[in-house]
Amino acid sequence: MRGVVRTFQVGDQTVRALDGVDLDIEAGEYVSIMGPSGSGKSTMLNLIGLLDRPTDGLYALAGQDVTALDDDQRARVRGERIGFIFQAFHLVPRLTAAENVELPLTLAGIAPAERRRRVARALEAVGLTDRAHHVPAQLSGGQRQRVAIARATVTEPAVLLADEPTGNLDRASGHDVVRVLEDLNARGITLIVVTHDAEMGGRARRRIRMVDGRIAEDARA
Amino acid sequence: MTAADTLRFAFRALTGFRVRTALMLLAMSIGVAAVVLLTSLGEAARTYVTGEFAALGTNLLIVIPGRSETTGGAPPVTGATARDLTIEDAVALGRSPQVALIAPLTVGETALSAGTRSRNAVVMGTTHEMETVRHLTVERGRFLPPGDPSRASAVAVLGATLADELFGARDPLGAQVRLGDRRFRVVGVLARQGQSLGTNMDEAVFIPVASAQALFNTPSLFRILVQAADRDAVAPAERDLLRILRERHEGEEDVTVITQGSVLGAFDRILRALTYAVAGIAAISLFVAGILVMNVMLVAVSQRTAEIGLLRALGASSGRVRALFLTEAALLSLLGAVLGVAIGVGGGLAVSAMVPALDLTPPAWAVAAAVGIALTTGTLFALLPARRAAALDPVEALAPR
Ligand SMILES: Nc1ncnc2c1ncn2[C@@H]1O[C@H](COP(=O)(O)OP(=O)(O)O)[C@@H](O)[C@H]1O
Ligand SMILES: [Mg+2]
Repeated sequence: MRGVVRTFQVGDQTVRALDGVDLDIEAGEYVSIMGPSGSGKSTMLNLIGLLDRPTDGLYALAGQDVTALDDDQRARVRGERIGFIFQAFHLVPRLTAAENVELPLTLAGIAPAERRRRVARALEAVGLTDRAHHVPAQLSGGQRQRVAIARATVTEPAVLLADEPTGNLDRASGHDVVRVLEDLNARGITLIVVTHDAEMGGRARRRIRMVDGRIAEDARA
Repeated sequence: MTAADTLRFAFRALTGFRVRTALMLLAMSIGVAAVVLLTSLGEAARTYVTGEFAALGTNLLIVIPGRSETTGGAPPVTGATARDLTIEDAVALGRSPQVALIAPLTVGETALSAGTRSRNAVVMGTTHEMETVRHLTVERGRFLPPGDPSRASAVAVLGATLADELFGARDPLGAQVRLGDRRFRVVGVLARQGQSLGTNMDEAVFIPVASAQALFNTPSLFRILVQAADRDAVAPAERDLLRILRERHEGEEDVTVITQGSVLGAFDRILRALTYAVAGIAAISLFVAGILVMNVMLVAVSQRTAEIGLLRALGASSGRVRALFLTEAALLSLLGAVLGVAIGVGGGLAVSAMVPALDLTPPAWAVAAAVGIALTTGTLFALLPARRAAALDPVEALAPR
């Protein structure tokens, strides 16, 4: 990212959620982003995940300038290279765990047989094979977030973006989730985690601190 | 995403919101069923009336005294009263090569009695040919005998109801009946004919036309029924009839000829138009169902905002989101239409089973139109909600609320 600015118009006021960010993240890194509420962490994650566009500046993903891609192209890049994990899990309540995990593969147009194989593998990786046919309401918070992780990783993305993934979980399930994420990172996936939890943030090899839409600190272990 | 997967996703969404889906299916199917049932009714009415009219006779033309001024223009200044039609007119018409049969008709009403029983009867003065021209069926004896139409003769043919009421179980054949102060011998009894365009043949008594004219003391005819030689002869026969009568009436065109075909066509057109009108009114309920679909889909979009944001995050473009919601609405409309056709056709069959005279088989065009309109309105009205879903900003859609 070079000189990335993202402003929001709130009434007649312009809020600078990101105010000139320069940032390079290498493939396979484990990055935590911390900082006070409203400092622009989520905005940055959304830009990295191509859910949002910068108002100004340049963003290249895997060497390709993605700032100017159109809606269809951005959707494809999201589907192929990015996995999202949200604080609120965002599982589709009427679909079973397996169907939720299957969703990105379906959207990508992958054949049903291949989908089933990959869904089974992804659920096994998060230890939820026996919960495949449960709907989210029948799962605990930790299990739901693990389903969401399986869904985010089933497409084998290069980057995993997690916005406060443990924010809605108790300590024990939070630990489970962090362990699963770190396992994935150990196998090469780039992991970027926004968190309020100092302990979780401290585990990352690279720790970014944001204040008022700028990077205030960028520390490597 | 493949078409099959899109359909499956839409179907899961429909089964995932059962109450909502059931309500919309109900609205859609009521609209479709209304179109199907009402057009079936209209069609049934049309076939009934045109069938009734076709049963009047074959290649039938009717000559009526007086000119019907349907085309406007000034009324005739001289000879304003139309000349009467006479038996001689009828005989002259019979000479046209286009004409197969002629049946003059004089109609009156008077008391008919046999022994001590008496009742009012419609008297039809006519000739032997009437039996063929009007497709009458004789049950016992025979119809009026052939012969010179200008010769009176004291014979009568009774309608079925009259025969029953005057003679009960006794055989009327050969018996004497009185019409006014004249006596007639019963030579035949008609089979039950039923009501036919306002005239109940079962309550009529048929006597020779000359006898009827004497009875009612009139030289004129009520009308002349003409059967053309064949189907192609109807139009030339009409011209012939008018020409012959013009010549006989000193060049004045003072009669009206109506052909069975033209009346049949008019009825057919009117009733068809009526069916379309009724179908159109019923289609309004489909429009209402479309509006309902729009509202429910709008609610669905706001309820499923997070889901929409999620789909975007998982690699769906805004176009894909729009397609998903449109598919959902189209699928819903299709299911509603199928259900509605089932209800409409089933209801029609049920009514037909209870009232065999009423054939409520819906016309194929009505079924096709109802399904088409349901699909189109359902999808059109879903355009707005689907566009709204597609236009959602994924970040805001995913933001916790
Ligand atoms: N869609 C939006 N509309 C208006 N303002 C927004 C929007 N999204 C974020 N902001 C503002 O941008 C700033 C950064 O927000 P955010 O990135 O969510 O912060 P964080 O995740 O660090 O708490 C905040 O001041 C927030 O109010
Ligand atoms: Mg945030």
